[in-house]
Amino acid sequence: MPAPSETRFTKDHEWVRFDGEIAIVGITDHAQEALGDIVFVELPEPGREVGAGEAVAVVESVKAASDVYSPLAGRVLETNQAIVDDPALVNREADSGAWFYKLASSDQAAFAELMDADAYKTFLETE
Amino acid sequence: MVPFAGWSMPVQYPMGVLAEHLHCRAAAGLFDVSHMGQASLLGAGAAAALEALTPGDITGLKPGRQRYTLLTNEAGGIIDDLMVAALAPDRLFLVVNAARRDVDLPHIAGHLPPGVTLEPHPDRGLLALQGPAAAAVMARLGPAATALPFMGYGPARIGGIDCMVSRSGYTGEDGFEISVPATDVEALARKLLAEPEVKPIGLGARDSLRLEAALPLYGNDIDELTTPIEAGLAWVIGRRRRTDWAFPGGTAIRDQLEHGTVRRRVGILPDGRAPARAHTAIVAPDGTAAGTVTSGGFGPSLGGPLAMGYVRRDLAADGTALALVVRGKPLAARVVPMPFVPHRYPR
Repeated sequence: MPAPSETRFTKDHEWVRFDGEIAIVGITDHAQEALGDIVFVELPEPGREVGAGEAVAVVESVKAASDVYSPLAGRVLETNQAIVDDPALVNREADSGAWFYKLASSDQAAFAELMDADAYKTFLETE
Repeated sequence: MVPFAGWSMPVQYPMGVLAEHLHCRAAAGLFDVSHMGQASLLGAGAAAALEALTPGDITGLKPGRQRYTLLTNEAGGIIDDLMVAALAPDRLFLVVNAARRDVDLPHIAGHLPPGVTLEPHPDRGLLALQGPAAAAVMARLGPAATALPFMGYGPARIGGIDCMVSRSGYTGEDGFEISVPATDVEALARKLLAEPEVKPIGLGARDSLRLEAALPLYGNDIDELTTPIEAGLAWVIGRRRRTDWAFPGGTAIRDQLEHGTVRRRVGILPDGRAPARAHTAIVAPDGTAAGTVTSGGFGPSLGGPLAMGYVRRDLAADGTALALVVRGKPLAARVVPMPFVPHRYPR
């Protein structure tokens, strides 16, 4: 089991960290910056089984709509109603308070293959 | 920066689309619209020559006035929408869409009688100063322009630079469109941006402002396959033009005005929060196809999503319930009057 504080990143600019056996998923600060003012968020239904890389949420800015892909496979436990009620929260707190959903996941192999903070930083510089 | 009709243009400045939009409605925004095509139509008979290509009353356009009009094709479709200003009966000034300039100008040039010439102005820039504080800014830098009535047109010296100015824009707000030699456009933009009320506005907010004002965007809301009647632009047809219908597509357009059209441009307000973008399918309450969204997104002043699109005539009445198919799901919406945000043009 990875340390609770470790956060990993996808090439699609999602982040995921484990709190015990529960994975918490959000989009990165870089993603919210690129999207611009976020005005709408659609989250998956709790109970839904999602696959790694599956489009599970939608985030829309004044400019465009973007899919959010699940970094890991698992079952959606809970979603963050705060970002549905106040989508701009994603602009303000992408890395923390504006998490998207929690996932019951044992997809440790997929987690291990995601980028760590340093690798993501390097990825952003080369993208 | 994004490519746009062969130009590289900013979607937003550092303030961001939302703040830029709200700033323009609260104070004043400066738009660099130099990509738009500018041209002069010169010579005795210039107005009659242009009038033959549009449903507008162009020969009746008084010097010092500007008018919104359309170039139509033989089927009644819209080749472009444009602004026409008269400096004198033999001297018209045109502003056309950037993406249509290479269609419009040859089209006009190909229909001119001897003695009338079309002179493109690739050497001129165009700035739009828009918003409730635009007139106060102009009173300091170019007071002559503030004497213009809405849709007035004339020369004005702004910040020491000789310009041609119209009292108009494409945001639903009071404002000015300023034509200036390209060599002076940056200096003029900097002078205007130095005023405390003025912030630069990018393409993103330009689109959300015009959408809230329900102003059609060529290529989205109107094109060669839509007619002025379908688009709700019958008002551009001059009273005198409705007697002889002597313009391209006149017969088809008269027939539509008398008998109605199959579809109609309407304003659409989703009940929920999800924006419906252009090309979203519209479905009738009975599940049959109703039409397509042509422009849609989020309206910052409205505080929610909004859209325009074409729907079947039987579904075009205000209040009609519709569904917008967003990501495969039908979302409740209804037909609403346009504009979404009231126009605030000067009287």
